[in-house]
Amino acid sequence: MHFEFKVEGGNFSRAGFPSSEVKKRLKQLNVDGSVIKRTVVALYEAEVNIVAHAYSGVISVDIDAGKIIITLADEGPGIPDIRKAMEIGYSTATPEVREMGFGAGMGLSNMNSNADKLEITSEVGKGTTVVITNYFHE
Amino acid sequence: MMKIKDVVALLDGSVITGIENNESSVDMAFASDLMSDVLTVKTDNLLLLTGLVNVQAIRTAEMSDITCVVFVRNKRVTEEMTTVARENRITIIQSPYSMYKASGILFEAGIQPVY
Repeated sequence: MHFEFKVEGGNFSRAGFPSSEVKKRLKQLNVDGSVIKRTVVALYEAEVNIVAHAYSGVISVDIDAGKIIITLADEGPGIPDIRKAMEIGYSTATPEVREMGFGAGMGLSNMNSNADKLEITSEVGKGTTVVITNYFHE
Repeated sequence: MMKIKDVVALLDGSVITGIENNESSVDMAFASDLMSDVLTVKTDNLLLLTGLVNVQAIRTAEMSDITCVVFVRNKRVTEEMTTVARENRITIIQSPYSMYKASGILFEAGIQPVY
């Protein structure tokens, strides 16, 4: 199963819609509740990052019998130092993003702890791609 | 463990959405305006107390399997928030109390903290 969503930078009102849809699909497929929660928390964090930092993005979701692979590719400023961005408390978020309850420098590390596999690649001035893989069975 | 209807009574609250969940129970509570922090909580069947009134508070509850959100200081809940809450069967309670007072009352009544 493959489906995609477009994400608009700065549009906080719509943020969470793709994560919500993925949650519904995984529930329909009777995926274990704890796997669903980990997956949508990681996805939602990644989605908020696109809304907060990038100009636009595409979320591609692939589900098979054993796993879900979510690729979030954005066009945006990119991340100059991914290792630093992973540090808890490090943030470049705007005051507007902080007012929404995010931007505390916790997102990337939380994505890491909710994903079985997390891959981040980024090019400054072009954009960032995040791939989240979660397995349905241990 | 406490029934939602007892939470409402203790906090002098009004139920905005999810009145049908009145008889269901919550085990633990977490109070925060920082959704990034809420998203790190692994506990299920959690009640969230917050003063952050926007649709992302409800989305955060949805992703975290939080079934009940209490907005303190009678903050006005938007239509967008109630729509997302209804879709996900999330109970929204408005309370006139401050976060400090609401947390204290629920703690004293036996709702456990996460940390």
